Amino acid sequence: MTIGVLGLQGDIEENVAATSQALQELHVNGTVDIVRYTEELEKIDGLILPGGESTVQSTLAAIQRSLPAIKKRISEGMPVLGSCAGMIMLSKRAYDRIIGDTKQKLLGNLDIVVERNAFGRQNDSFEADLSLAMLGKEAFRGVFIRAPAVSEVGKDVEVIGKLNNRIVVVKQKNIIGTAFHAELSGDSRMHKHLINMVLQFKNKNGS
Amino acid sequence: MTISLVATEPKPKGIKVETIENAQMVRGTTLLKRGFAHMQKHGVVMDVTNVEQAVIAEDAGAVAVMVLDKLPYDVRKAGGVARTASVKVIQEMMDAITIPIMAKCRIGHTDEAKILEAVGVDMIDESEVLTPADEERHIWKWDFTTPFVNGAKNLGEALRRIEEGCAMIRTKGEPGTGNVSEAVTHIRMVNNEIRRIRSIYQDSDRQELMKAARELKVSYQIAEETARLGRLPVVNFAAGGITTPADAALLMNLGCDGVFVGSGIFKSDDPAQRARAVVLATTFYDDAKIVMEAQKMVDEKKSLLGMDTNNLELRMQERGEHA
Repeated sequence: MTIGVLGLQGDIEENVAATSQALQELHVNGTVDIVRYTEELEKIDGLILPGGESTVQSTLAAIQRSLPAIKKRISEGMPVLGSCAGMIMLSKRAYDRIIGDTKQKLLGNLDIVVERNAFGRQNDSFEADLSLAMLGKEAFRGVFIRAPAVSEVGKDVEVIGKLNNRIVVVKQKNIIGTAFHAELSGDSRMHKHLINMVLQFKNKNGS
Repeated sequence: MTISLVATEPKPKGIKVETIENAQMVRGTTLLKRGFAHMQKHGVVMDVTNVEQAVIAEDAGAVAVMVLDKLPYDVRKAGGVARTASVKVIQEMMDAITIPIMAKCRIGHTDEAKILEAVGVDMIDESEVLTPADEERHIWKWDFTTPFVNGAKNLGEALRRIEEGCAMIRTKGEPGTGNVSEAVTHIRMVNNEIRRIRSIYQDSDRQELMKAARELKVSYQIAEETARLGRLPVVNFAAGGITTPADAALLMNLGCDGVFVGSGIFKSDDPAQRARAVVLATTFYDDAKIVMEAQKMVDEKKSLLGMDTNNLELRMQERGEHA
């Protein structure tokens, strides 16, 4: 299998490293590719939208005219994991806690509304343990950096994790969105979960 | 871990622990500080002096803005003492844009830094563009919850700044000159010094590595980690004199993780176009066709004229070099 990491801006290499580690631990044969061009989207079986600045990523994706192609692959069922900025990119609507609605272009595959910088600025960034039943009993260390939170979810969206009543992990069929950076915690369970989704997706498609 | 936590202080004062409802929230950790810098990677941080420029930078795709009272080019022309920006200007920007806001304080000026932390900027640049307040020592950055970025022109400076608690390094270059040559010299110097200690590390020659660490005036531990990684243990951006998309691509191709553009954008006559072009060239630095398209977006007649760096009255890069 080939997992792509959208390579426009942000912690791209960190996601490549976390995914490679997860593949190794699962003994799954696969490669991780950085994806920057529209045609590269055809070669991947799963996609990671990394952390970074969502305004920059969407500006670059718009210049490259790759947004419709990414949107199409995801709506066809390709598994995708978006962390922080990646979750914002996936959402239907995003607004900033202070500034309000922004002009940024979004993919809109994930039926959620996201509040950007929901916990405050960098000084308010934090680490905290999360209980995520989807990944097992052991707590997951959430690394929240100028993190967003989910303020509304559509009817097909499953709430996977909360922190003090704020939604921080969601799943809608083939799409996972996290407000924190699973790639920075040293815990590969979230990336393993994505790989397992990709295995199922490939089996279903008979490839 | 995908981020190196080398050289972290045992009990930094900048860490704050708070329990809200059921969650224990820990702030100001090395992972959060260096992690913030990792989120800036492949991006362009732009120097701005007012809200209008900050909005142009955000619209063009800047990953963050750096607030100054004067652009480095004007600092050079004005002379006198250059200090941290007005609090009011920073606060106006915080209400106008959604991307991170960084601001500069003087080298060693712990109290300017405390003010910037209290205002709530996302990162503090302890910068040689401003007039140093302490010739002997830099700020002890472990005391802060806010992450810091520092300039360096060689490996020893970079690692000493990391040991003082900075979360990100940038080349010093020669700010405000529109001339990228010093930044190139600095990144090459850092790369070559890392190459040297890496080969010592690969030969498992502990004694020689210890000697190298002493020459660099750094701990053995950080020298070893840098040698093992084959790169700086924190994010490393290029800065100083970047003016065109081609300049950005040149430094990215030398292994930088992103770029700072100081006077190059808002001292040009086509700032909005140029800002977007530099962003594009930074992401696609290894694709000559896209860098060419980006270069086509700017007009060389509108570039900052720039200056020869050999005959400068003020060499900002030498500030703080002995600390």
